[in-house]
Amino acid sequence: MTLNGWLQIGLYCLLLILITRPLGGYMTRVFAGERTFLSAVLQPVERALYRLAGVDDRDEQHWVGYAVAMLVFSFAGFVSLYGLQRLQGMLPLNPQGLDAVPPSLAFNTSVSFVTNTNWQSYVPETTMSYLVQMAGLTVHNFVSAATGIALALALIRGFSRRSAATVGNFWVDMTRCTLYVLLPVCIVVTLLMVWQGVPQNLSAYTDVTTLEGTRQTIAQGPVASQEAIKMFGTNGGGFFNANSAHPYENPTALTNLVQMLLIFAIGAALTNVFGRMVGDQRQGWALFAVMALLFLVAAAGLYAAEAAGNPLLASLPLDHAAGNMEGKEVRFGIALSSLFATITTDASCGAVNTMHDSLMPLGGMITMINIMLGEIIFGGVGSGLYGMLLFVIVAMFVAGLMVGRTPEYLGKKLEAKEVKMAMLAILVLPLSILGFTALAVVLPVGTGAMANAGPHGFSEALYAYVSATGNNGSAFAGLSANVPFWNGTLGLAMFIGRFLMIVPMLAIAGSLAAKKIVPASAGTFPTDGGLFVGLTAGVILITGGLTFLPALALGPIVEHLAMLAGTTF
Amino acid sequence: MTQHIRPAIVMIMAMTILTGLVYPLSMTGIAQLVFPHQAKGSLVIRDGKVVGSELIGQSFTGDQWFRARPSATTGTDPNDASASVPAPYNAANSGGSNLGPTSKALIERIAADTGKLAAENPGMPVPMDLVTTSASGLDPDISPAAALFQVPRVAKARTLPEQQVRDLVQQHIQGRVLGILGEPHVNVLALNLALDALSRR
Repeated sequence: MTLNGWLQIGLYCLLLILITRPLGGYMTRVFAGERTFLSAVLQPVERALYRLAGVDDRDEQHWVGYAVAMLVFSFAGFVSLYGLQRLQGMLPLNPQGLDAVPPSLAFNTSVSFVTNTNWQSYVPETTMSYLVQMAGLTVHNFVSAATGIALALALIRGFSRRSAATVGNFWVDMTRCTLYVLLPVCIVVTLLMVWQGVPQNLSAYTDVTTLEGTRQTIAQGPVASQEAIKMFGTNGGGFFNANSAHPYENPTALTNLVQMLLIFAIGAALTNVFGRMVGDQRQGWALFAVMALLFLVAAAGLYAAEAAGNPLLASLPLDHAAGNMEGKEVRFGIALSSLFATITTDASCGAVNTMHDSLMPLGGMITMINIMLGEIIFGGVGSGLYGMLLFVIVAMFVAGLMVGRTPEYLGKKLEAKEVKMAMLAILVLPLSILGFTALAVVLPVGTGAMANAGPHGFSEALYAYVSATGNNGSAFAGLSANVPFWNGTLGLAMFIGRFLMIVPMLAIAGSLAAKKIVPASAGTFPTDGGLFVGLTAGVILITGGLTFLPALALGPIVEHLAMLAGTTF
Repeated sequence: MTQHIRPAIVMIMAMTILTGLVYPLSMTGIAQLVFPHQAKGSLVIRDGKVVGSELIGQSFTGDQWFRARPSATTGTDPNDASASVPAPYNAANSGGSNLGPTSKALIERIAADTGKLAAENPGMPVPMDLVTTSASGLDPDISPAAALFQVPRVAKARTLPEQQVRDLVQQHIQGRVLGILGEPHVNVLALNLALDALSRR
């Protein structure tokens, strides 16, 4: 580890803190329907959309209506994306003449992008035409992100409203988020990316003759416009196979910094939106503090693991101070690769600038733990906040049990229904992750896909279901997942991880919105201080730790021990 | 549920037009106008021919070149379309080795590569990036140490004074962005182009 490495991590944290409040303030105004500096341009578009769709923006929905609207919209997105991929060969903007995407892959990819996962069983540059990348994948990068943020708003309204029957209007929240938050930022970021070297063209791939006289074909495309929303919407699906490690997707340390900030920007800002909407910004900063604490611990651990390098190479005459450079890019080095790997798994982004499969055993384990904890460390856009609030409900329940009081949070009594629903939403994750992994490792079709032998092969399978269920999308990419078994089960895992968590969460939103607000008294647990931060972080770690430790012991932990003993596989 | 069908269909179609066509196509137009070089892929042209991209690494095997990092990219086997064969720096199929830290294949390959490089420049520690594959398989850069390590071999092959080649490397070291971000690096293609220019003079 170097001083410069730590300075970069420090700078990143500082910039993140600086953008949280202004972006949170802007988003709060947007979702309240207030005028912003973009209203003059965007309001006519917004009005036109509502008119075409037959939506009355003053018409609010009960939580069930909100949930059904979200599900119908997601299904429509799934169908249109599936159709676009299957018809690819007949459609324009396909200079490489790529054929239709096969059915099991098209299914997997559609679920993947509609659920904001962006797991990719395919190599984009040899599979997807420019039309599918733009009118298919980019679109879902926008609307799946907007959907997540809308859902978080519904839950926040559950806390901020009193005796209310409705939690908002899904169509309005989704539309405003796309138009006022996602699009403007992406336009600016796209131009910044192009300036730094990210291509934005519709040309066929470039054939060049290299200096040595061999031929090289360089994939091209409208990369920058997809790159911007890929990061800002915590989608993470690369335009190219190597994702943000590809020099065309992430050419400089500056684009890398911007990408890392974009991943956390909305997750961080939503804590502030939460604070503003419940009428006390300190409540938002308390959630921010829980997230920041868990983030810093993971970042330091991952950085230490990668900087230490691989002991199996210790006897070779190498410059060992360089650390584990396998699967990393020189321009980023150990510090920025470790930081990016932490951020992308804390959030449900899944973009990578280093190959996670080649991380040290403990480094790889930290990326898995980040996702296993529910991606609540700033988290996916929207999903990070509602995931965190589910843990807060459990933490308040635990605190209530300790003192024998009915738990409450922000004046809302948390009763049996809320706690049951929170536990249901939280337990969906291990059920899918551990269940599918167990299935994959006993079936020949499962083990046959692993690229690495020994415990690392197990880690590849575990990581796949962790990533899919957590809607992350990164991978231990040696796994050859483009076969019907993996495409199918991973598709199911993504579906379960997204929707089976959302429905109980919306039920909580509806139930909370209907409650009165109990005035704070001397017996009220303060939820804006250090005790709250510590308790919530503890509940998150214990829940995740107890659930997943046995699985981690079979993968990264035993691999680490084997490595120290000098074993290779 | 039926009242949600119309908004769902309209919204998905409208968003497809707005974020899937209008946004990327107008960005393409603006980018081609404002930053045409970058938008087209930062292509490098020498003597009227495209010889590569500033951002995309390429393979160098001869002694007279600074070599790039090992690359794990693959290409389609010309004899069997369903199989793949190693094809370093295949910029139409990016990716890393995806070998884990306890992979026997990885450790053995690194040991073999280290042995070869150590023989080339005895007594100097071999830079780590010269024996490890990059994440993209297209890393355009090597570390300054990795460039300096290769100076004796390149100078000998080109019958140039070592100091002249070393100076050229020093000129091509790109520092950290704003003095803090990223790691110092040397763009291998740019360095080799400059080397060619030097040899021609």
